[in-house]
Amino acid sequence: MLSYIIRRLLILPLILLGVTFVIFSLFSLLSPMEKLATYINNPTVLKNPQAAQKLIQKYHLDDPFPAGYFYWLKSLLKLDFGWSPTANQPVWEAIKQRFPATVELVFYSIIPVILVGIWLGVISSVHHNDILDQTIRVTAIIGWSLPTFIFGLLVLFIFYGILGWLPPGRLSTWAQYIVYTGDSFKHYTHFITFDALLNGRLDIFWDAVKHLIGPIITLSYISWAYLLRITRSSMLDTLRKDYIRTARAKGVEENKVIYQHARKNALIPVVTVAGMMIVEMLGGVVITETVFTYPGLGFWAASSAQQLDYGSVIGFALLFAFMMVIGNLIVDISYALIDPRVRLE
Amino acid sequence: MYRIIKKLLKNSASLVGLLLLLVFILIAVFAPFIAPPLFPDPYQIPRMSWDIEPRPPGSPITDDMRFVYESLGKPVIREQAIFGTAQGGYDIFYGMIWGTRTAFRVGIVTVAFSVLIGIIGGSIAAYFGGWIDELLMRLTDIFLSVPFLVAAMVLTTILGRGLDKVMIALIAFGWMGYARVIRGSILCTKEEAYVIAAKALGVKDFRIIAFHLLPNTIFPVLVQASMNIGSMVVTAAALSFLGVGAPLGYADWGQMVSFARNWIIGAPGKAGEYWYAVFFPGIFIVLFVLSWNLVGDTLRDILDPRLRGEL
Repeated sequence: MLSYIIRRLLILPLILLGVTFVIFSLFSLLSPMEKLATYINNPTVLKNPQAAQKLIQKYHLDDPFPAGYFYWLKSLLKLDFGWSPTANQPVWEAIKQRFPATVELVFYSIIPVILVGIWLGVISSVHHNDILDQTIRVTAIIGWSLPTFIFGLLVLFIFYGILGWLPPGRLSTWAQYIVYTGDSFKHYTHFITFDALLNGRLDIFWDAVKHLIGPIITLSYISWAYLLRITRSSMLDTLRKDYIRTARAKGVEENKVIYQHARKNALIPVVTVAGMMIVEMLGGVVITETVFTYPGLGFWAASSAQQLDYGSVIGFALLFAFMMVIGNLIVDISYALIDPRVRLE
Repeated sequence: MYRIIKKLLKNSASLVGLLLLLVFILIAVFAPFIAPPLFPDPYQIPRMSWDIEPRPPGSPITDDMRFVYESLGKPVIREQAIFGTAQGGYDIFYGMIWGTRTAFRVGIVTVAFSVLIGIIGGSIAAYFGGWIDELLMRLTDIFLSVPFLVAAMVLTTILGRGLDKVMIALIAFGWMGYARVIRGSILCTKEEAYVIAAKALGVKDFRIIAFHLLPNTIFPVLVQASMNIGSMVVTAAALSFLGVGAPLGYADWGQMVSFARNWIIGAPGKAGEYWYAVFFPGIFIVLFVLSWNLVGDTLRDILDPRLRGEL
């Protein structure tokens, strides 16, 4: 087991290097002038050709591909991602500031996905082909066909426009005032929900939760539908195995057969789709945050893209690609922990 | 082939899917008759007013706009916006009809080119093996490690607005799945006797790949491709929704939804006032994707006998 983990960790830097290579290739499609715009915080410099030329040479933006890649990597290691006009601060600062909001959203979205998706999948397979199963299945297929941005707008329309329950944004104005001004509210984790509880402010906690529910549903429903389908077919497969028949023949209670004998083995293939769910979620973050104007990384990236703020978009892409590589690594390792057969490859 | 079509028609889910697809194809083919274009570029959505605020279904064209068209020497073909107008006075009905053509074009072009690249890369990797295989597969891994939507968004931002740029971005990051599938099945097939026989006869490598291996391995890829058309259209629409896709006023479903974004909530006390601005684009996208999913799901069941009667 340990050798498997070490092997995977050794490849990790190579994959990360490959990712930077792909993203630098995208970056090098820009002209030197456009590249320069990602590094300076004062656009008037660009109007002076001589000054601009000097800066282009200073940042090695006109160098041939390999040299340019080398200097670019060097600046990345110094955490210099350039300047973000959209956020009006360095890209790295902008990322640091928005990171907790996005992580909070993703964190709360993963838990219900795993619990609800697996639960519904098991129910669906146990009640194979009766009305409950059909209802769950049809809902899943429709959910599968609803694009995130339409689903999100629908949630916003019903739960905010009509019912007024789930407002967009991250906090109401009064709560923002308390949280971001003055020293009375301490930021321990930068997760508003945790911080509110640690500060003993239940009203702010409740306000943050209300703002989170809509984005959570929007971000996770596709993964629910997906997980449900996989759990269901994998459960159906397992329930037909000989050892299940043996257990039943021995007189083991039906509940025990399903939840202890079958579910454990049926969950192995479910772990494989976790990797695909990570992709789905990281892409979904951009759309979900844009729909709900939730002030995280995705919202910032989308507004940067609209304003052709290349530096921010590239920094964002690097960060998300790294997150995805690490996420996939965690999935692979936990898969190997659950299923010993994987390690032998 | 005949057997597959018969099964597709017998299954009620895929029958619904096929019928829906047929409707969309008819809309796309007869678009010039359903919604006659006003401009030389038919994908330019005509405006029914200068208003920023959307107008409800059945709103007539404003006098201002009539005057503009008349002074340009254009006949006013549409007196009313049947589905209402979106933000900026764009005719939703026109956008939907011509957007169907856009959807088919985006879906088919991106999937076709991704499949082509995937087939070339995958078959070369599997056939020659060794370091070529290693190199190409690691390249696939690296492309797979950037989240698809994010990668497409970055590339579109860098290339600039426009539907062709969106398609390039979707192709650049959409070929890896096909490459893997084709590689897997060629690895299984290339040790078969007929391939070895062809090699022994001195048939050129390229001919063996194109005429001996691919005809026997291409089918699973085609199924996967048909299932991906819907999701490619959704991704393109999502890019337009985020504001990096089609240029302003281009007939594209994603853009029509993004027009609705600011109006979804409605004025205080009049919730749902602008429902039509998101309803019509939404329903078109959802039905389009649903139809491909229904057909693709059944197709997979038919071709994978293990799952028969289960999914």
